[in-house]
Amino acid sequence: MAEIRYIDAINQAHHEEFARDEHVVVLGEDVGRKGGVFGATAGLIDKFGEDRVIDSPLAESSIAGMAIGMAANGLVPITEFQFADFIHPAFNQIVSEAARMRYRSNNAFGCPVVFRAPWGGSHGTALYHSQSIEAFYSHVPGIKVVAPSTPYDAKGLLKSAIRDPDPVMFLEHKRMYRLVKGEVPSGDFTVPIGPAAVRREGTDLSIFAYGWMLHESLGAAEMVAPEGISVEVVDVRTLVPLDTQTLLKSVGKTNRALVVYEDNRFGGYGAEIAALIAEQAFYDLDAPVTRLGGPDVPGIPFAKPLEEWFFITKEKIADAIRKLAAL
Amino acid sequence: MSAMEAKARVSTARHQALGLTDQDVLDMYYYIALARALDERMWVLQRAGKAMFVISGPGHEGCQVAAMWPMDKKRDWFVPFYRSIAGCLVKGMSARDILLGLFARAEDPSSGGRQMPGHYGHPRVKILSTSSPVGTQYPHAAGIAYAAKVRKTGEVTMTAIGEGGTSQGDVHEAMNWAGIYKLPVIFVVENNAYAISVPLHKQVAGGSVAARAAGYGFPGVVAEGSDVLECYRVAKDAYDRAKRGDGPTLLEFTVPRLGSHSSDDQQERYRAKDEIEADRMRDPMRVFGTYLEGVGLLTDAKRKEIAGRVKRDIDEATDSADRAPMPEPESAARYVFFEKD
Repeated sequence: MAEIRYIDAINQAHHEEFARDEHVVVLGEDVGRKGGVFGATAGLIDKFGEDRVIDSPLAESSIAGMAIGMAANGLVPITEFQFADFIHPAFNQIVSEAARMRYRSNNAFGCPVVFRAPWGGSHGTALYHSQSIEAFYSHVPGIKVVAPSTPYDAKGLLKSAIRDPDPVMFLEHKRMYRLVKGEVPSGDFTVPIGPAAVRREGTDLSIFAYGWMLHESLGAAEMVAPEGISVEVVDVRTLVPLDTQTLLKSVGKTNRALVVYEDNRFGGYGAEIAALIAEQAFYDLDAPVTRLGGPDVPGIPFAKPLEEWFFITKEKIADAIRKLAAL
Repeated sequence: MSAMEAKARVSTARHQALGLTDQDVLDMYYYIALARALDERMWVLQRAGKAMFVISGPGHEGCQVAAMWPMDKKRDWFVPFYRSIAGCLVKGMSARDILLGLFARAEDPSSGGRQMPGHYGHPRVKILSTSSPVGTQYPHAAGIAYAAKVRKTGEVTMTAIGEGGTSQGDVHEAMNWAGIYKLPVIFVVENNAYAISVPLHKQVAGGSVAARAAGYGFPGVVAEGSDVLECYRVAKDAYDRAKRGDGPTLLEFTVPRLGSHSSDDQQERYRAKDEIEADRMRDPMRVFGTYLEGVGLLTDAKRKEIAGRVKRDIDEATDSADRAPMPEPESAARYVFFEKD
């Protein structure tokens, strides 16, 4: 099995799904000749042509709106939003239209559209190339939200998202594109939307994370291991629908819960996990559910010292682990 | 007049020059009358406390019937807005279908009673489900047309909106896509000169919606909505253009607004009396009726017959829809996501 980068896994999933089903199309800014600004759609236009690999006008609302219409008439659209930060003009189309299409038509019409968006902070990405958008969409019934953190899951979950009869927000933390590598089979396989995955077994404390934060959390678990703290790390993977069983089982085992997310802390997705644990695993807990989220400032600032102040690193997570383990 | 004179008059009639038969124009008149009567019935039901809310389009019926007339009712797509009662009727929804939505019954084909009245949709006759935010339907129509084009299905898509909705970015984004890809789509704008209370001159810079099309590289055409045959002529041109693969057309129909925005609005509060009165002279039902009289098709007997048929249809639809059961409370949890039934 070949070890490939996260971005290559995304690209592979596109190529295989395009070959599997002639109705699959992709639309977005620069997805054609350029192959996307990160290369997610590289090589598609030469193989599958301009009808299916569509360089859209620079207008995000219409990328979503066009895809909804295409899906109503038999195509299977994947939309690429160049950066998650630029998806906001499409909020109305995604929330009012895509997510509500099945419900409002009493199951007469579905909306099988994948909304792909590179999200999260990397070096030098600043306020408008780094945002976390998962809380906005996880709040909305009718759209699934996934945030894979390994190349294997990226490929398998993207295939599941493309084949899903409902809209899926597919979040790719951009820091992983070239940094995270992993073994991925070259042929067809899927990872189901739904189940979380325990990435590291432990007994003293459970961390719940997704995207790049999973990797920082695994690093932190490694750091505190020599200190005798055994940390379990759970990859949430699918934010909607949430695998509550796997999360609660882990809390039942370790009795301590740390939720780590890069979005600013207040009202972030991690708050929902914390609420779930507080409501349903209260008597399993030896210490309060703890959240480690980004600071409540409007974005990740650009200058290196400011950026470092913002970023949740394995060192910061390790500190949070030590504090929680000592309670 | 003599039989020969009458024949000569009919043979030069405008509708025949457009390729419409006598039966066609009488059927068009029936649909206009049906939509008007349905509209009036809905307001009566609302005022009587039988319905929560009405939003309709008295004055818009003529252009809607005319625009839908060239469309293939089974194959082509319609992406309506909340005033599209006549358009939906011609496309294949029944008066009962519309009233099931008004009463929010379980059988309501648009939404099973989930949406407010006026949010039409019908999978069997290819009317896409619609929402309340205006303008969102335009990209949907262009997207459907894109799929039709690359899948080579030959389908034409028509969508409709008011002139107020054309201020939305989505409308312009959709027209831009449609122009770039020469999509088989017809963008209809029913310009009744008011967006709730905001008049045209505060809505549309330059005063012309149709002129917008030039910027997107396709024709924009204006027709007076009370002139049903002229509306048909421009709609047929747009339809043929789409069929030929020549791309989209923007049709602006200037229509009278014969009623308030909705049952929660009183237009007398922001429109002058004489303006409202002047609009009544442009009532498409009246103007088209006069034309049909003039060509000898709408005799007193025929008018009576159509009125009788319309009344019967509306009465039956009202009774039947009223008797239909409400949705089960627990059904509200269903179909957030796909379910195997």
